[in-house]
Amino acid sequence: MSYSTAEIWLVIGLLAAGTFAIRFSFLGLIGDRDLPPVVLRLLRYTPVAILPGLAMPLVLAAPESAGWTADPLRLGAAAATLMAGWLTKNMLAAIGAGAFVFYGLGAVFGL
Amino acid sequence: MSSSTPKTAFWNGTRDAAPMLVVIGPFAIVFAVLATEQGLSFAQTIGFSLLVIAGSAQFAALQLMIEDAHVALVVTAALAVNLRMAMYSASLAPHLGALPVGQRMGVAYMNVDQTFALSVARYEARPEEPLAVKFAYFWGTAAPIFVVWAGSSVAGALAGGLIPPELSLEFTVPITFFALISMMLRTAAHWCAAVVSVVVALVLYDMPYSLGLLLAGAAAMVTGAVAETAMGRRA
Repeated sequence: MSYSTAEIWLVIGLLAAGTFAIRFSFLGLIGDRDLPPVVLRLLRYTPVAILPGLAMPLVLAAPESAGWTADPLRLGAAAATLMAGWLTKNMLAAIGAGAFVFYGLGAVFGL
Repeated sequence: MSSSTPKTAFWNGTRDAAPMLVVIGPFAIVFAVLATEQGLSFAQTIGFSLLVIAGSAQFAALQLMIEDAHVALVVTAALAVNLRMAMYSASLAPHLGALPVGQRMGVAYMNVDQTFALSVARYEARPEEPLAVKFAYFWGTAAPIFVVWAGSSVAGALAGGLIPPELSLEFTVPITFFALISMMLRTAAHWCAAVVSVVVALVLYDMPYSLGLLLAGAAAMVTGAVAETAMGRRA
């Protein structure tokens, strides 16, 4: 990370203001008019539309070059996280499973 | 059903929020530890958590900052994660829209996944309750969530400062994303959106300023909505 202090505060400030504006939108300005169903439907998918696209390249990106690589440790950690979360519906169990594979097994087998 | 006073409604909210604290506390700690470990100061880490209060978006922003993405991209992608909250705002408006503007701003500040889900469930079960009771219930859910979120953020930021920088915890950020994603894959439409997001993000990975991520998000949003519509028609 190579941002200046001012740039970090700029990110925080813009994110705080933008997030507040989103949360206030209908409560504050638009009132209790109903949203068109198609808009509600699109909004419902925003987190699951962004986070997978952000996460997967982090698993597949080759550390020292521009290409892709199938690193068994990172793929295994991602799969363990997804599986544990899907089975237990418990977010901490999911994070624990992924961290165990990546840091625990990674250290044991020297991966 | 016996009628509630604002006071009993507040404590109902507190009781209903209690199970959520088990997740919120550790989540705030993980963010604060990673943010300080990646070089954010104590004040920046606490500012992040208390001004933004949106775990998933904060992790998205932190990851893009680790990658030294352009400030505009960091903000746009993280706000895209938060767009769902416009839907929360629209759902609360019929119930709380009559409050004075200052109180509506307070509600908006604490309009997070958990307070929204609990409050809307209560309002839909008891639409006849007076405004003061609905408002009290909202803050009953929000107060413990805020206290635990803030306290855990401070604890995490202090702990993060003690972790030696050579111990890299960087991969914890993607692990957190996969944990969040695993909670979101509830229907086939969510799966479709997630798959499209991954495929488009990988194909367009080399676009400048990580614009591919935003295009992947847009394509996946449309995919989710179209898949939901298609399945709704079939059902």
